[in-house]
Amino acid sequence: MEREDVWELGGRTLTSRLFLGTGKLGDESCLPAVCAAAGAEVITVALRRVDLQAPDQGVLAHIPDGMILLPNTSGARTADEAVRLARLARAMGCGHWVKIEIIRDARYLLPDNEATVRATEILAREGFVVLPYMSPDLYAARSLVDAGAAAVMPLGAPIGSNRGLATRELIAILLEEISAVPIIVDAGLGRPSHAAEAMEMGAAACLVNTAIATAEDPVAMARAFALGVAGGRLAYLAGMPAVRQQASASSPLTGFLEGL
Amino acid sequence: MQVTINGQQREVLDGMTLVQMVDSLGLIGMPMVAEVNGEIVPREAWGTFVLPSGARIELVRFVGGG
Repeated sequence: MEREDVWELGGRTLTSRLFLGTGKLGDESCLPAVCAAAGAEVITVALRRVDLQAPDQGVLAHIPDGMILLPNTSGARTADEAVRLARLARAMGCGHWVKIEIIRDARYLLPDNEATVRATEILAREGFVVLPYMSPDLYAARSLVDAGAAAVMPLGAPIGSNRGLATRELIAILLEEISAVPIIVDAGLGRPSHAAEAMEMGAAACLVNTAIATAEDPVAMARAFALGVAGGRLAYLAGMPAVRQQASASSPLTGFLEGL
Repeated sequence: MQVTINGQQREVLDGMTLVQMVDSLGLIGMPMVAEVNGEIVPREAWGTFVLPSGARIELVRFVGGG
C-alpha cells in the first residue's frame, strides 16, 4: 500500500514530483495530454516578445487551468535582467513563482551561481517564490537558501543534453547537507531511469523538458517519466539497502542435498 | 512621432495612449505585459498612459520554455 506522499513548496501542497517544461514541443496543442500523462502540477514557461507580424496567444492557451505556472528568466545574463524578467512575468497575472535562470555561457548553458544568488535575494524580498536553477555547489546552495530560495534546482547535466546525472556526486552532497528546502533536479535528465535515480537519491522532484518534448511520442514519454519519478521516490521511501562489493547469497547456505 | 516597439521603429500619432497602440497592432485581448522605457505599465493604466516621444516599448507574452 503506497502511503500518501505530499510535499510543500511555496505555500502549496503538491502531490506530483515531476515538473514539466514546455519548450521545444513540435505541437503545443498536445500539452493538455502531456500534462495529464505526467501528472504534473507545476509547469515552466518563458517570456518573449510578441511577434508583431504574426501575433499569437502564446503557450498559455494550451496549459490546463489550475496548474502552477513557473516562468523562467531564460535570456537573462545578469541578476538585474533576471529581476526585470521576473517582474514582467508576475505582471502577467499568473502567480508569483519564478525559476531564476542566469546564463552567460552559450556552449554549455551553465548557470551563473553568483548572479543567481543576487537575483534570488532581490526577488525573495519582493515576495516571489524563487526556484533558482544552479550548478550543484554546496556553498552556492547554502547562499541561495540564506537568500530566501524556496528550493534549489541543481542541474543533472547541461540543458537539453539528455546525459542524466553527470553531477551525481555533487548532487548527493547537496542532498546530504541541505535540509532547509527541497532539492529539485533540473536539466539534463534524458531518460526515465535518470529521473528515477535522482529520486532514489532523495531529490524532492525532477524538472524535465527536452526528453519529453522531443520524444517521438511526448505523451507516452511523459507517462514514462512520471513512472520513473514515482518508482524512484517509492524506493527512496522504502529504504534501499547498501551497495556491497562482495556477494551475499540470497538463497539459504544450509540444507543442501547430499553430494552438493 | 517615433517609438520603438519590440525593437522595431514605428511612426505613431502624437498623444497616442498605450491601449490605442496595442489596438492598432491588432493585439487587444491577447495575454501580454507592456513595458515602456523599462517600467511595467499595469494593464488598468493602458488607457490613460500616453506614449512619450521616442518611447521604447516591449510587449511580451509567455511562450514554451524550460
